[in-house]
Amino acid sequence: MQSTDIIGWFADIGLADRPTVGGKGGSLGELTRAGIEVPPGFVVRTHAFERFLEALERQAPLRRQVEALDPTDLDAVTACARALRARIEEAPLPDDVQAEILAAHAHLCAGDGSSPVAVRSSATTEDAEDASFAGLQDTYLWVLGPEQTLHYVRSCWASLYSVESMTYRLKHKLPEDGVAMAVVVQRMVDARTAGVMFTRSPTTGDRSVITIEGAWGLGSAVVSGEVTPDRWVVGKITGEISVRDISDKHIQQVPAEGGGIRDEELPAERRKAPALSDEELMKLREIGRKVERHYGRPQDIEWAVDRSSGRILLLQSRPETVWSVRDAAPVAKPADNPLAHVMTIFGGRR
Amino acid sequence: MNKPLKPQEAQKGFPLPSSVKVVPGTERAQAAYPYYMQFNEADDGRFWFYNSMHFPEPMSHFDMITGEAAYCALGSANTRVHCLPTTLGIDQRIINGRVYIGGNAVTDPAEIARRTEEFQQRAFYYYANWERLYAQWKDKMRALIKDAQALPPLALPEFEPLENVHAGKGVASNHYLLDTYQKTVEGYFRMWHHHFEFLLLGYGAYLTFFDFCKKAFPEISDQTIARMVAGMEAEIFRPDEELKRLARKAVELGVDGKFQDGVKAEDVLASLEQMGPPGKQWLQELQTSRDPWFNVNVGDGFYHYHRSWNDDLSLPFSALPGYIAKVKAGDNLERPTEQLLEERKQLVEDYRELLATDEERAAYDQMIELAHRVFPYVEGHKFYCEHWYTNLFFNKIREFGALLASYGFFPETEDVFHLTHYELEAAIIDLMTSWSNASPPRGPSHWPAIVKERKAAIAEWAKHDTPPALGPVPDIIDDPAIVMLWGITRESLDAWLSAGEDGASSEIKGFAASMGVVEGTARVVKSVEEIGRIRQGDILVCQVTNPTWAPIFQKISAAVSDIGGSMSHAAIVAREYGLPAVVGTGTATSKIRDGQRVRVDGGRGVVTLLD
Repeated sequence: MQSTDIIGWFADIGLADRPTVGGKGGSLGELTRAGIEVPPGFVVRTHAFERFLEALERQAPLRRQVEALDPTDLDAVTACARALRARIEEAPLPDDVQAEILAAHAHLCAGDGSSPVAVRSSATTEDAEDASFAGLQDTYLWVLGPEQTLHYVRSCWASLYSVESMTYRLKHKLPEDGVAMAVVVQRMVDARTAGVMFTRSPTTGDRSVITIEGAWGLGSAVVSGEVTPDRWVVGKITGEISVRDISDKHIQQVPAEGGGIRDEELPAERRKAPALSDEELMKLREIGRKVERHYGRPQDIEWAVDRSSGRILLLQSRPETVWSVRDAAPVAKPADNPLAHVMTIFGGRR
Repeated sequence: MNKPLKPQEAQKGFPLPSSVKVVPGTERAQAAYPYYMQFNEADDGRFWFYNSMHFPEPMSHFDMITGEAAYCALGSANTRVHCLPTTLGIDQRIINGRVYIGGNAVTDPAEIARRTEEFQQRAFYYYANWERLYAQWKDKMRALIKDAQALPPLALPEFEPLENVHAGKGVASNHYLLDTYQKTVEGYFRMWHHHFEFLLLGYGAYLTFFDFCKKAFPEISDQTIARMVAGMEAEIFRPDEELKRLARKAVELGVDGKFQDGVKAEDVLASLEQMGPPGKQWLQELQTSRDPWFNVNVGDGFYHYHRSWNDDLSLPFSALPGYIAKVKAGDNLERPTEQLLEERKQLVEDYRELLATDEERAAYDQMIELAHRVFPYVEGHKFYCEHWYTNLFFNKIREFGALLASYGFFPETEDVFHLTHYELEAAIIDLMTSWSNASPPRGPSHWPAIVKERKAAIAEWAKHDTPPALGPVPDIIDDPAIVMLWGITRESLDAWLSAGEDGASSEIKGFAASMGVVEGTARVVKSVEEIGRIRQGDILVCQVTNPTWAPIFQKISAAVSDIGGSMSHAAIVAREYGLPAVVGTGTATSKIRDGQRVRVDGGRGVVTLLD
């Protein structure tokens, strides 16, 4: 199926398309093109949001209403957020936009309209990615059927008008005209195990190790911090597993009947069992290296192991930000006389 | 040089030398060690540690010559030849047969600066001309070995051979006992000078790269760095390679049926001899391997009873059935040199790529280049020095032992090693005099009681544990020689100190030397003579693992040692065999019971006691 100005399939987009597909969408496209397995999907581009908003603006002004707010007047902001959210969730979509999203959904689910999908907001600005409001609430898991999908696409759009989002923009004097949101729709992975991986050490910044954290079930439990994940440190090059911290994972998150997710208690023997095998750790390491090479810098990655196939899929990859700003003084500089380096050992107190 | 320590500093630390008592009943044996090796009062102010890496067992009196010759050579290389800026020589003392050593650091900045200038003119010249000087070193070593091999057999004929008289030789046979003895001792001292000609410089260049890697990659394991540097052609792997070759030959020639577990080497030899041509052909192959590659000791060559494979075929022969089984199972025993080299190259490139900047990459290139240049010596020298030469040396002394025993100086040939090297020279002169004068030697009424007493003392000392260190703990250990050769740092001393406190802990920590996790039965081997107790799948627990135990590595499932760093040969061999290894634990042989179930985690450097 062809990409359009409303829909962008992962295979057709990349990081350069960020202004119309957002950071998450661009990254998933980039990974797909780099030959790294991600759950297939498409992005509802910002143009769809803009078309929708234009229609709303024609009925009654929306952006001006936000711009007129006093960010310190919490009551007013809250009332406005509630009102706008209701408008966004109730207004009909432009016919052609709705038709394109439904067609893409049908294609993605390959005839099985009830296949679960994830609907995830994909913000277009760096600020929005890092800022705390672009969090978990903008990802909707285990969404069943076209109706629910359309509903959550609107929810993602509506999140732009949450109290936190609006306050942030008002405080930073960001123009409302530039506000846009893309939405990722992708097949849901029924994860046996999921988690995150950093392609450098979060504690020492060491680029030669990969830190992997994972727990049973969907990755949402790890990302939200509801479960203390198992943690491994793996040599990026050697594959040596230098740390194995197996934690007590009291619950896992699994699909709920009728859509969404629920917590499930784990039996005692599963709680303290490692959520990944050594073989899977090695596969993750390979994937981590490949992604890092592709981007040319250390990455912060979300991944999942498919319950039925055992395949590892990536859900997200973004540049690591904590240590990359700290890299300052080189460990050593080349010396005019290469032999002079030995003075670090022979020259006295180090 | 050794600044006096403040009283409060003296309080934290290990027992003072003066508080270590000579085991009752062994006082005379203790006093027989040379006066300059006895602890004195001034020694209480200094830090000493038990050199259990090189001398894990009580030292017989003759064997102390190894300590003397080695520290004499090490000290002169550091202090006066290469002029290491911050360190001089190493002093040694002996008590209850245990060797304690202490480094002499240079701390005055002006003196360090003065020595630095000297060092750069000397050491840098060595680094710059390494290949040429190392080639020259090998020539010198081979010449020295040849000289030792050319020393005449010992003989005291009744009458001087007529041809000597007619040739007007003018020197009688008894003189050659002294001449040969002195040349033997002189050669040994000289060998140790050769040994240390490159050693510290080699380790230093390696550690420079090591240090860089630890800073650039704080979580990199020591073994990974060792793998980036390790050479491929090292002589120390060769004896084991020869055994594999002999296993292949045995299968090729169809004589492999003669090699069975539990059959004695001499019985195997005899049955091959009887077999006719194929058996004889294999024996010829054996001969080719033996000279020189079986000149490898079952220990590290520092004790007279670390016999070589040539002297005692039981160790190599006990490994042959295992190798033969592997050959027949179609396993490729060939050491994949090309592949190992390729892996090393890839490893170096992969880590290089991870560095942050091109500037760091350029510095990395400079350091790894130097590390690769020096490493063949670091790995290769041991075969020539600690094995081949040491073997010749102890065997020559053994000839003196046989001669003296034949004149009743003591009952057994091996008893000669209970005399100091000074006493041995005296005994030789006693015998020479007796031959000259045709009067009985005095030795037979003098030495047997002494030998008996010293044997008993050594047996007694072996039953007593000795503190890992003595004296006040220094704030930092900044002596590159101590750090390099013994892997001792302030952190490892703290670990030793706390090891005494929480004796109940079920975890023993050491250096992570070779990755992998294995559970099994611990075989605590306190001396090389106990090697025979090791069964298939056992976990080897010893004071110091040794590369010449390599054939044992096909039997064991993991290795644990008290002393040794991650670049010790044991660690290298463990990695070659893909076995987990934890080295430098300080206490494994005393904390682990023989037969106990343990888990060895070679990636983390932890041994866990399971029952």
